[in-house]
This record gives sequence, C-alpha cells and structure tokens, in this order.
Amino acid sequence: MTGLTGEMTHALVVCFSAIFTGNMVLSYFLGLCPFIGVSREIKTAFGLGTAVVFVLTFTSGINWAAYHYILVPLELDFFRFILFIIIIAAFVQFVEMIIERFSPLLYVNLGIFLPLITVNCAILGVSLFMVIRDYSLIVTVAYGFGSGLGWMLAIVSMAGIRQRLNESRIPYGLQGPGITLIIAGLMALAFIGFSGVLQGR
Amino acid sequence: MIDILTAIFIISSTAAGLAAILVVAERFFADYGECLITINNDEKRTVKGGGSLLESLTSEKIFIPSACGGRGTCGYCKCKVLKGGGILLPTEEPYLSAEEKKNNMRLSCQIKIREDIDIEIPEELLAVKEYKVICKKIVDLTYDMKQFIFSLQEPAKISYTPGQYVQLFAPKYDGNTEEVYRAYSISSDPADNTIVELIIRLVPNGICTTYCFKHLKEGDQALLNGPYGDFRLTDTNAKIIFIAGGSGIAPIKCMLHHMQNITCLREAVFYFGVNSEKDLCMVDTMRAFEKTLPKFKFVPVMSRPEHPEKWKGETGLVTEAVLRNEKNADQSEAYLCGSPGMIDASIVVLKKLGMKESNIFYDKFS
Ligand SMILES: Cc1cc2nc3c(=O)[nH]c(=O)nc-3n(C[C@H](O)[C@H](O)[C@H](O)COP(=O)(O)OP(=O)(O)OC[C@H]3O[C@@H](n4cnc5c(N)ncnc54)[C@H](O)[C@@H]3O)c2cc1C
Ligand code: FES
Repeated sequence: MTGLTGEMTHALVVCFSAIFTGNMVLSYFLGLCPFIGVSREIKTAFGLGTAVVFVLTFTSGINWAAYHYILVPLELDFFRFILFIIIIAAFVQFVEMIIERFSPLLYVNLGIFLPLITVNCAILGVSLFMVIRDYSLIVTVAYGFGSGLGWMLAIVSMAGIRQRLNESRIPYGLQGPGITLIIAGLMALAFIGFSGVLQGR
Repeated sequence: MIDILTAIFIISSTAAGLAAILVVAERFFADYGECLITINNDEKRTVKGGGSLLESLTSEKIFIPSACGGRGTCGYCKCKVLKGGGILLPTEEPYLSAEEKKNNMRLSCQIKIREDIDIEIPEELLAVKEYKVICKKIVDLTYDMKQFIFSLQEPAKISYTPGQYVQLFAPKYDGNTEEVYRAYSISSDPADNTIVELIIRLVPNGICTTYCFKHLKEGDQALLNGPYGDFRLTDTNAKIIFIAGGSGIAPIKCMLHHMQNITCLREAVFYFGVNSEKDLCMVDTMRAFEKTLPKFKFVPVMSRPEHPEKWKGETGLVTEAVLRNEKNADQSEAYLCGSPGMIDASIVVLKKLGMKESNIFYDKFS
C-alpha cells in the first residue's frame, strides 16, 4: 500500500515539475516550431494545446507499454526512436479522424497543425525521457499529462502576450518570430523561478 | 543476420498492425451512412455522407454555380441551409454578408454532409442540367475573340431565357493542372434549341480561355452546364439602352435574336464599346438586326481609332457616347454587360441621365 501511495506521490511531483520546472518548451526547448507558429491567437493556441495534452498523455502510456512489453523483452530497445514515432503518427491520425467526426470547428481551426503534432518533438521527447529516467507506467502517464499541460500553459500565455502585442509598435526587424523568441526567452527566465519550489526528478 | 531480420520483421509487423487498426477506424469513423438532402421542402435525394454538399448535389445532377471548383475561393456556391449544416466555418465567413449569415446562407462547397440536411435553392437551379456537346464550329471574330458553336448531344435540347449564361468545363491540359468551370453568356438564337453559341475573349494565361483558344478543336467533345443567371429582358415597353464592351456583346446578341423572333417593336439602341478597329466585330450581324427590327439602332463607339480620318462613327469612351446621344432616360431601361469597370462607369452616367437604379440590369464578367 505504501508502495502505491509512494508511486502516486512521485507521479504527482513529476507531473507538477513537468509543468513548471521542467517545462518542455521553456526548459528543454522542445516543440518550438508549433509554439511559434500557432501562438497568434488564444483560441487556436488553446485548441492545439488541448490536442497536445491529449496526445502526450496517451502516447506516453502506449509507448511505455510498447517499450517494456515489445522492445525490452526482444532486446530491440535501440529501435525505440522508430517505434515511438510510428506509434505517435498512428495515434495522431486516429485523433484526427475523431476530431473531424465530432468537432468540425476544431478540425478546421487546427487544419494543418494537427498533422504537425506528429513531428512535434516535445511528444517524442517525453517518450524518450521516460525511458532514460526509467519511470513506471503511472509516473510516465503523469509525466506525459504534465508535460502537455506545461506546453499548453506556455503556448496559451504566449498567445495572450502576442495578442496584446498586436496593438503595440514593434521595430520592423523584430516583428513575428523575432519578438516571439525574445518573449520565449523572458518566459523561460520567469519559469526558472519555479525551480526552487519543486525539486522533482 | 537472423537478429537483424527478426528485428525488422517485428518493427514492420507492429507498423502493419497499427495501419490495420487505422483502416478499421477509418471505416468506422468516416462512415456517415446515407444522408437525406431535402431541397426546397420538396425534392428528396439520398446521398452517401462524408462528401461536401456541392459534390453531393453535383453527383445528383443538381448544379450550383461554382467557379473555383469547390476550393472556397469564389463564393459562387451559396445556398440556404435550414437544417443540418453544422456551425458556420471560418472558411465561409469572408464570403457572407451579415444579412446572408442571418438568413442561413452558406457556401455549399465547405459544408460536409454528416446528417440529414434541408436546403433551399432557387427553383431555376433545379432546371440546370449538364450537357455533353460537340464543338461544331469556331469562327475568328477579332484577334482575341472567337465564336464557338456547340451542338448538343445529351440532352439534345436546352431551354433558357435570353441573357442567361452557361458554365463551360475546362479539363486539365499541358500547362494546367486544374479542372475549372467558367461562366459564358449564351449568344445564340434561342429559336434553335439544339445549339449553344458562345463568344469568348482570350484572357492571357487564363485557364479556360487558353483551353478554348489553343486546345479545343472543331469536332471535339466538351461539357457545359446551365443555364444560370437572372439577367433578362423585362416585358415592359420601355425604351432599351444596351451597353456592352468586348465579349459583353454575347448576351445582347441573344436578346436581339429573341426580339426578332417575337417581332418586338420596343425602341432599342446598342452602344458597343471597343478600343480600335481591330476589336470591332459582328457589325454585319448588327446591321442585319437594324433591318429586321425597325426601332433598333447599333452604335459602335471606338475609344482610340487607329485611322481617325476613316472612322465615321462615335469616338471616345462608351459612356461619353451615351451622354452625347441620350437626353432623358427616366422612362428607359438599361442592360449592361462587360467588365466591372465599364459597368460601374455606365451606371453613374445613366443615373445622371435620370434613369432609376431599378431599371438598370447588368451582368459583370468578373
Ligand atoms: C456571368 C458571367 C458571364 C460571362 N460571360 C462571358 C462571355 O460571354 N464571354 C467571355 O469571354 N467571358 C465571359 N465571362 C468571363 C469568364 O467567365 C472568365 O472569367 C474569363 O473567360 C476568364 O477565364 P479563364 O479561366 O480563362 O481565366 P482565369 O484563369 O480565371 O484568370 C486568369 C487571370 O485573368 C484575370 N481575369 C479573369 N477574368 C478576366 C476578364 N474577363 N478580363 C480580364 N482579366 C480577367 C484573373 O484575375 C486572373 O488573374 C463571364 C463571366 C461571368 C461572371
Ligand atoms: S465553389 Fe467556389 S467558393 Fe464554393
């Protein structure tokens, strides 16, 4: 019983640290491409963020199972890059079908960005970290969920800031990605402030 | 060696397994079953769900005007959706006015059929058919205008109101990877309902006009659908002022044939604007109309004649000629056809001459 409680606590800590201290975008700079590309509007940023949370939570779990039940017993763990990518791609396709069926508005809004999730390196990053850090299934899923939330938090805040910036005058050379990267840097600095709060591993 | 092979085998079979799951899921999720389209509360058609409304209607041989081939860039394919169209999509918004949004107008090429759907379309559109035709004759009118005569194959006859247009299908050809439909006004004599005549002006690098000028040959098959449009003569007795430029002559020629057929005695004058001698065409046809229609007058207007000393007719812009010749237009009607610029300028002049806006009818070739 204590084992399970300990596990849950560990999961919780990992989850929180994935949101704040070990934020995928702001600490590891993973998933930067959609982070810059789709952060112009809060609405779409929120949509993509939700999709990322969803995909991350599930793919981390599925990839954990695939790693521990297929790759490790067969001693094929060097194939994990390929297998993880295939699983993520298939899963995204699957989600795409579901979204198209049940929420046309979300589908149209995310448009080309949905397939972009496949190559969002934050997603592959989570699966690879969970192997390196040797997480258990529960912790892995919590880690995936937390990373997703962290990524969403970052992109939604970024979109909020950028919507504000629409009204301000930005020097010509800095418009678009330029100012976005600078803001990302400032946000990353701000997030370092969290590192004292939680010391998750 | 064996190790490598088993490794490859295992990875491949996992991938194949995932692909199989996707195929099954696709069957399950992308299958919308049969959906019922109810048109104008009356006609009912059952179609397979999953396609766009425009596609489904086309496959049911109901034709809604569409110039861009369903890519959501022309805004022609509007129709009223009463039930089952889902929410208004961001791709439709730019093409709909606030008024249209309130009236549930939608772009039929953007709506996906997921459930039973109720729509309203103008009654005439139900009469629109697709015609298989053979290009019987091509006549050079000017250096950039040709007359095309198509004889109908299937259906063998067409019925239309003079002034209406058809859409000509341009297939893919060398240098063009798009299939498009473009609107062309019918210029034939409506008495002969087995042919459709079009007058087409070459637009440099235009998809459909290049097809007509470079690829379409006498004896070739072609495809058109129609008729569309509400540009037509009223049945009053008011004097008619026709104004056209370039290929805008097409629907007016059709109307004149019609007036001849019903021996219409309305007073009419046709201002035909061209740049110079090399753009002038159909003068003989128009002079023949002057003989059979006693109250009809043809006035060609040349803006930049190459040989001013030889040109006896009107010069300047077509609108200037109208201003010079017409005194009071408050009892007349006007029918304008051609480029948007010419039409807008003409409307200004006609209003200056006292014409009511409700008596001005036009077809913009945009
Ligand atoms: C109701 C209606 C009736 C029409 N009737 C006739 C007719 O009787 N005879 C006729 O010749 N045309 C007519 N047109 C115009 C015709 O439908 C096409 O727009 C035109 O032939 C160009 O088609 P395209 O595919 O060759 O060119 P596209 O590939 O569509 O266009 C190529 C380029 O040319 C420009 N362009 C398009 N149309 C014109 C134009 N008319 N003048 C100058 N530039 C243009 C476009 O902006 C584009 O950049 C009519 C249009 C409408 C809406
Ligand atoms: S067909 Fe062109 S917008 Fe729908």
